[in-house]
Amino acid sequence: MGARYAFRFDQSACSGCKTCQAACKDRHGLPVGVLWRRVYEVAGGGWKRAGEAWHSDAFAYHLSLACNHCAEPICAEVCPTGAIARGDDGLVRIDGERCVGCRYCAWACPYGAPQFDERSGTMTKCDLCAADLGAGRMPACVSSCPMRALELVTLEDGTDAAGAATFPLPDPALTSPGLVVMPHRDAPRAGPRTARVANREEVAP
Amino acid sequence: MTATRLDPSAHALPGERLVRVGCPAHNCGGRCLLVAHVKDGRIVRIEGDDRSDDTPADPQLRACTRGRAYLRRQYHPERLLYPLRRVGPRGAGQWARISWDEALDLVAGEMRRVRETYGPGALFVPYGTGSYSQLNGSQVARRLMNLSGGCLGIWNSYSWAAINVATPTVYGTLQTGNQRQDWLNSRYILLWGWNPAEMRDGTNSDWFVKLARERGARTVCIDPRMSPSAVSLADEWIPIRPGTDAAMMTAMAHVMITEGLVDAGFVRTHCVGFDASQMPAGCEGEESYRDYVLGTRDGVPKTPAWAERITTVPRATIERIAREYATTKPAMLYQGYGMQRRAFGEQVVRAGCVLAAITGNVGIPGGWASGLANQPDGGCGWYVFPAGENPVKASIPVFLWSEAVLRGKGMGAEHGVQGAERLDSDIKLIYAVATNCLVNQHANINRSVEILRDESKVEFLVVQDQFLTSTARYADVVLPACTQFETWGVEDGWKYGEEVLLMPKLVEPPGEAKSDYRIGAELAERLGVGAAFTEGRDERGWVEWCLDEYRRTRFPDLPSLDAFEASNTGLHVKPVTRPAVAFAEFRRDPEGHPLDTPSGRIEIFSKALRDLGRPDAIPAVPKYIEEWESPFGPEAARFPLQAIGHHTLHRVHSTHDNNDWLAEAFPQRAFLNPLDAAPRGIADGETVKVWNDRGATVLPCRLTQRVMPGVVDIPEGAWWAPDAAGVDRGGNINVLTSERWTPLAFGTAQHTAMVQVERA
Repeated sequence: MGARYAFRFDQSACSGCKTCQAACKDRHGLPVGVLWRRVYEVAGGGWKRAGEAWHSDAFAYHLSLACNHCAEPICAEVCPTGAIARGDDGLVRIDGERCVGCRYCAWACPYGAPQFDERSGTMTKCDLCAADLGAGRMPACVSSCPMRALELVTLEDGTDAAGAATFPLPDPALTSPGLVVMPHRDAPRAGPRTARVANREEVAP
Repeated sequence: MTATRLDPSAHALPGERLVRVGCPAHNCGGRCLLVAHVKDGRIVRIEGDDRSDDTPADPQLRACTRGRAYLRRQYHPERLLYPLRRVGPRGAGQWARISWDEALDLVAGEMRRVRETYGPGALFVPYGTGSYSQLNGSQVARRLMNLSGGCLGIWNSYSWAAINVATPTVYGTLQTGNQRQDWLNSRYILLWGWNPAEMRDGTNSDWFVKLARERGARTVCIDPRMSPSAVSLADEWIPIRPGTDAAMMTAMAHVMITEGLVDAGFVRTHCVGFDASQMPAGCEGEESYRDYVLGTRDGVPKTPAWAERITTVPRATIERIAREYATTKPAMLYQGYGMQRRAFGEQVVRAGCVLAAITGNVGIPGGWASGLANQPDGGCGWYVFPAGENPVKASIPVFLWSEAVLRGKGMGAEHGVQGAERLDSDIKLIYAVATNCLVNQHANINRSVEILRDESKVEFLVVQDQFLTSTARYADVVLPACTQFETWGVEDGWKYGEEVLLMPKLVEPPGEAKSDYRIGAELAERLGVGAAFTEGRDERGWVEWCLDEYRRTRFPDLPSLDAFEASNTGLHVKPVTRPAVAFAEFRRDPEGHPLDTPSGRIEIFSKALRDLGRPDAIPAVPKYIEEWESPFGPEAARFPLQAIGHHTLHRVHSTHDNNDWLAEAFPQRAFLNPLDAAPRGIADGETVKVWNDRGATVLPCRLTQRVMPGVVDIPEGAWWAPDAAGVDRGGNINVLTSERWTPLAFGTAQHTAMVQVERA
């Protein structure tokens, strides 16, 4: 397998505006509750009073995630009907004809990428705008970003996806995601004990 | 790792037609380009600017999440389709469908009746920004009124009231901003209450700050809330107690004065009133700015320790920011607008301008004069569509419309009336087009609707909109307007940006909805001024007229409408390769190019303000003044929290509140610090009641470290939804806000509100 696609995400510049999410929903006609691309808000820190003054070490940053089209897609591994496969083009696809909507993939994916669509009764997810990509055009999310913080890059086979362990992301060794994150300045401070996903209701409806 | 080279251009699927079109403008602060996919008479998809080049001189105008989610509004099942007439009591929500002829006859008849009974000053077209294209919106109603006898006029705005009035007291102009390409020359940027990542303030303003940072600028955001701009644009966030920014600014001046960091040369040659050596004639011996800051007259030195007690910002932080801003040059202090929508909002505007002046950051590349910051080459060319001249010369500040309903007759200068000694009538008829400002967006909703319910006051209220908004619910007649995708329009780059964006009609309106212009024309016909109103033009004809006007004034190379439309570019751009710098000539030669102030210089001390004789509310030098509702007053015993309402990307003010994709992305919540939640027994996600003596709203909360203790943040613009007991269930902050206005600008002070929060 040669070069493969990856999203490169400049976390420092992401304001959490969710234009990527809306562009994705518009491109693919997704209903409320189906988020092929989601934007997580991570927040932590706190406040201390000293006299009248407030001292704060509060911090926050965002993480825009779709499907990372992993080189070792765990969603495909757990699918009982063999509906998910990684193609020669490096894209991980769900075959709607074979999917029975059992959601094993959603439980297994550490990125929350597979999304159940009630209309079809099947799992769906980001296909990297394959129809556009095949014709040499940008995915909707990438071309939409007002901060120019999202890019599509190609990774040489075997190269690590840099920065992709930023909290709350899992160890990239797990699935070898096509995701490169340029971490926000506060990302090194964040961990399971110091930060949390603050907008859970917005990313896991 | 290599960047993939991909083609950004939009691509039509079989049967689709691509049309490049300006995003429907709702006063969001941006002006963006969309690519609409139209198929079988319906818009099926929306893409953003798909030009291949994207440079600082001519950047892509990428729409935000609201533009990209627009179809959920466009094809919302609750679009108004037919004219409605109220059949129950006002506000009771009982309607009957009527024909256009019946509706327009009724509206025109009432306009004529009220004009004949009370005079033209009894008719009123309120401030409204729900549609901002040249052809859609309240300016069309204004043209109708002006041609048919006139109506009570308005001045100022909700958004920029204090800053519109205070900026010229310092600089003599509103054009105080360098063009944004110049931000790349700055080395230090204070985003003071400024949140371009969320409220945009010009398409790409956030991106220009990003570029400045990439060039090495340090950025600091000062805000009670860790806004998206604090997260994505700033190296450091400094929380500050709402309404106290002028205190921190004054203490920064104290540091600069006592540590010798003032640009004394610039102050000497370009300013007046900094110290005793340069007081205006007739004011010698009065309190200068230096006197105020050092406390030589009032005995209160405005030290960082003094400001710490007021602002909660640690004194060491104030000292450090003062030194950084005064010594890292060139530097920008960019003032946001939220902090001037407060009690004494004029002061923070003037205080920020004075800091820019005494650090010598005025008139230089990479610097910033503060103030409103319209563009030095003209900027903000909002209305070219001719509303015409109003035969009624009297006008009121937009925010005081309810006063003019209650006691308009006899109202004068003490209420900001301009153009006449006194008003000769109360407001008796309101024609509200593209505005939700009578109910949803005005202060103190419960008061507003009580006023509107009284049919002896406003005798006739017609509302023209796309949805049955909170304001429309109080109408006597509702007229269904089409969206801007359903008629012709044109817009320009608003405050920033050098573009003209074409808005061709894409699809037919649903039901019987019509364009604002068409409705105006049909009313004009009934009022006997049909030909004068249309001048024989339809919507497209007026777009052509507007393009001629743009070509004559700001865009000499603008193509004809036929060529513009045929090009399907959607926009015409004047790239900015040499960004203009405000006050450059004044900087170079203050004698030869004096400012348009009484002294010709930057007025740190304003004799004009001093002559108003109200030093406690309108001092001659900028001061921190304790707000009329604050954590320091007796009201804090019952209502200890400050309520602020940020601009959310869920909406543009109240527009898009019913957009389900945006509600999913940004659900309406009361944001509260865990330190305030804990003693109230409030857990994350619980439903809370936020209330004061003016009203109550009930909504889910989100606990967050991103709002400072003592503050509850409820994003403005949610649709008011009272239950049977009158308690709002929509999360509308304006049930809590006060109708009291700022002293000089007669502007809104809605962000000054004390509240209590409890579990619902």
